[in-house]
Amino acid sequence: MSRPAVNAFLLVAAAYMLLPLTWLLFAATKSLPDLYGTPGFAFAHLNLGANLSAVAAEGDGVFFRWYLNSVLYAGLGAGLGGLISVACGYAFDKYDWPGKDQLFGLVLLGVLVPTTATALPLYLLASKIGVVNTFWAVFVPSLVHPFGVYLARVLSAGYVPGEVLEAARSDGADELRTFRSVALPMLLPAYVTIFLFQFTGIWNNFFLPLIMLSDQRLFPLSLGLYSWNTQVTAFPEYSTLVITGSLLSVVPLLLVFVLLQRFWRAGMTAGSVK
Amino acid sequence: MTATSAGTAAGRRVPAADRPRRGRPARRWAILLFTAPFFTLFAAVVVAPLGYALWLSLFREQSSGLGFGGAESVFTGVDNYLRTLADEAFRHGFLVLTGYAALYIPLMLGGALVLALLLDSGAALLRRFFQLALFLPHVVPGVIAGLIWLYLYLPGISPIVAALRDHGIHWDFLGDRVVSSVVNVTVWEWTGYNMIIYFAALQAIPREVLEAATIDGARGVDVALRIKVPMIRGALVTTLIFTVIGSLQLFNEPVVMDGVSDGIVSTWTPNMYAYAEAFGRNDYGQAAAASIMLAVLAGLLSYVVTKWGNKK
Repeated sequence: MSRPAVNAFLLVAAAYMLLPLTWLLFAATKSLPDLYGTPGFAFAHLNLGANLSAVAAEGDGVFFRWYLNSVLYAGLGAGLGGLISVACGYAFDKYDWPGKDQLFGLVLLGVLVPTTATALPLYLLASKIGVVNTFWAVFVPSLVHPFGVYLARVLSAGYVPGEVLEAARSDGADELRTFRSVALPMLLPAYVTIFLFQFTGIWNNFFLPLIMLSDQRLFPLSLGLYSWNTQVTAFPEYSTLVITGSLLSVVPLLLVFVLLQRFWRAGMTAGSVK
Repeated sequence: MTATSAGTAAGRRVPAADRPRRGRPARRWAILLFTAPFFTLFAAVVVAPLGYALWLSLFREQSSGLGFGGAESVFTGVDNYLRTLADEAFRHGFLVLTGYAALYIPLMLGGALVLALLLDSGAALLRRFFQLALFLPHVVPGVIAGLIWLYLYLPGISPIVAALRDHGIHWDFLGDRVVSSVVNVTVWEWTGYNMIIYFAALQAIPREVLEAATIDGARGVDVALRIKVPMIRGALVTTLIFTVIGSLQLFNEPVVMDGVSDGIVSTWTPNMYAYAEAFGRNDYGQAAAASIMLAVLAGLLSYVVTKWGNKK
């Protein structure tokens, strides 16, 4: 293919990927009549301020509650879950014990289990112990990230040379201290990579919160916006709320990914080559 | 690049000091300390629910004769599985899913591969911009992607529907052909993600191999198809496995469109079926049976794909 053809093709693909987001940007600035009455990719009367205050006012500011919930579910979940994965993957990489290979096989199997297959029985188990419709019902299952353990093992083999650990041990450091003060700092980039993967996983999760939660104030963003959208048929004015809310929920994540490119690239590279 | 260093470090022969440790009580405690948190949680939120689903799928709630005293659980063996398999709605769900996967998987992975090869071809300008632009949709949560596209499908709001109509094309995105509309949403979400994986794998191909091929007179497309594609087979197989498993779970995007689209019913995919059984009809036994069958199918298909990938 010629050089112009290659670039034209890539340009078309990029346009396809970016146009829906661009449309969202335009749509969020419009009032409901303008949304229907003006071209999709053109500005009309600037109504963004009114839309934003409508989002903020709806349900006594429940949107910000959802925002906070999403940040807590995904931020704390990936923060703690990432540490759990890194510790486990590190042990798989640097230690040996009977049954290790079988156990790692179980982790790999865990990567393959559809999360929706476990969500329903998880709901029934959670209702037996009375934690349905609580923060924990969504938070605790999110901590488990088998793919993170797999990534941690691969990255630990690359980032932490065994000689360094041996040196720490001969200096008298015990295993835990060796991990904490020698291995963990070297695994920091791996941790950030795993954190990012788990963070987006939890942020995007919809099925589990949908099943577990009935209290609006516990909803994450995706479930909240979905619940607004179910009102649209009866109350068209919810359209502007859904559109503006979607824009607000997407922008920070886009920024994080643009700024942290190095880390998700590293994870995807490690995941693909092995 | 981290991948290559990680790859070679894992693959090379380990010197004595590097070898994994065994024995010594202190080490055993450390191993337990590092792995126990993950496996405790794993047992609680993956293994136990799967076991419980298996158990549930063998029972059926039956109301006692006169309707007094509520329902009781009766062991019915594989009855729930047979009922589910015999259910027209469940089978239709698989039909929809098959049609979806047949369209989605080749389009999405094929598109990702073509884009990655183009980016890797040396003819591409602005490589970083293209990578980022193509990847960005993946950052948008599935539900929100569904919502955005839902509006882009809605006559009256959508600039796409309007543009098509201006050219005399009347395409109903939310009617009978809604499968292709759902495919479009997931293609939009996942192409860039897989493209980055392929691109990273392509970049890891030793340049000498490609130079040798070019000296031998092989041209761009030949190099791409005969040399580059076979060399990233590992990445192709891995992404195929994850794509198959992801496709089987199709739920978020159609559920978002369910309210507006005539083409989507509440049991449209097997996952939606399980959800409707459990929360619409409170039939947990049948819902569990449907979930288990889906999980088994996921395992089976990943096994088949892995075998096929290793053989070739």
